[in-house]
Amino acid sequence: MSHAAVAEHEFGLEPAESPLTPESWGKLGMWVFLAADAMSFGGLLAGYGALRYGDPTWPRPSSILGIQLTALMTFLLICSSVTMVEALAAIRRGDRDRLEWFLFLTICGGMIFLGLQAFEWNKLILREGQSISRNNFGATFFILTGFHGCHVFGGVCFLSAILGRASRGVSGAIIVPIVAALLTIGTLVVTSATLSGLVGIGSAALGAGVVYMVARLLRAPASVYSAHNNNEVEIAALYWHFVDLIWILVFTFVYLV
Amino acid sequence: MTVHTPEQIAKEERRYMQVFLWLTVLTFVEIGVIYAPIARLAIGSMLVLLAATKAALVAMFFMHLAAEKRTLAYIALTPALLCVLLVFALLPDLGAITRALTHATPPAATAHE
Repeated sequence: MSHAAVAEHEFGLEPAESPLTPESWGKLGMWVFLAADAMSFGGLLAGYGALRYGDPTWPRPSSILGIQLTALMTFLLICSSVTMVEALAAIRRGDRDRLEWFLFLTICGGMIFLGLQAFEWNKLILREGQSISRNNFGATFFILTGFHGCHVFGGVCFLSAILGRASRGVSGAIIVPIVAALLTIGTLVVTSATLSGLVGIGSAALGAGVVYMVARLLRAPASVYSAHNNNEVEIAALYWHFVDLIWILVFTFVYLV
Repeated sequence: MTVHTPEQIAKEERRYMQVFLWLTVLTFVEIGVIYAPIARLAIGSMLVLLAATKAALVAMFFMHLAAEKRTLAYIALTPALLCVLLVFALLPDLGAITRALTHATPPAATAHE
């Protein structure tokens, strides 16, 4: 037995543990953030459950909320998760064009989701008479879906920053998310003003297209990301899949159960 | 930095499409379940099970938790367990609200007194 092994045996020393995420500390940081964020959603969902099952007069969600529209939104987020994993697979192959294209599709999915959510909220408020202060149903519904919507908005900006960085480094990572944020807000305003889901989808797709065009216009010959350097894309993907995962739970507990 | 071989990436992409199909099918099953002529408790239990399956699929394959170190999976699972505990912690409040609602004197009756 070597001296080191004897020392470990006698003094109970543990061998040095390899890092949880050998690729990068950023990935571990994102996992810790997601664990904390999951607790926020967990607290909101637990509070929702306690309020709902303590109130025998709670309305049946399917009688107020549009299940078909929300199922479409769920499908949209699942599709955007697939385009996100395809973006990561593309850059792992070193294919920059496909990375940018799939990032655009993911951003487009997120913006359309927000457009449809704006449509749903406006329909509930203006046609169904629901509001955050009317009853516990309205309060929990708008807080839960609104908190998730803020995460989708953050995700759209995050992915736009990655798209901008893939196109033109730091300056792209600043300009493209600002454009994306402004266009997303524009989509929400236009959808709310017209009260049309189709206008929401159209304006979101148009906005995502403009974000992609801005990234293409800024495009530098060489990209920061490559088959050997794609940690940031993976970290952004983790966040986006988390947003999808949370929506799967919100959709089930708030809309279906 | 881990470099993935083209074969690994192609295999992962096939798996992504399989997971996508499963997620789509499970979403349709969820929609079907809410219209099924069975007890609401059974519908609720099935929906929770389906949602947990979908969430696990996303975490394991899209977030690559299945390929990560086990300790990282424990970190990711901890919030889920804590949330279940939180629900149990809220149960006494839930009981109190239900008791208050079922035994409360109606406002009209108190007005007569």
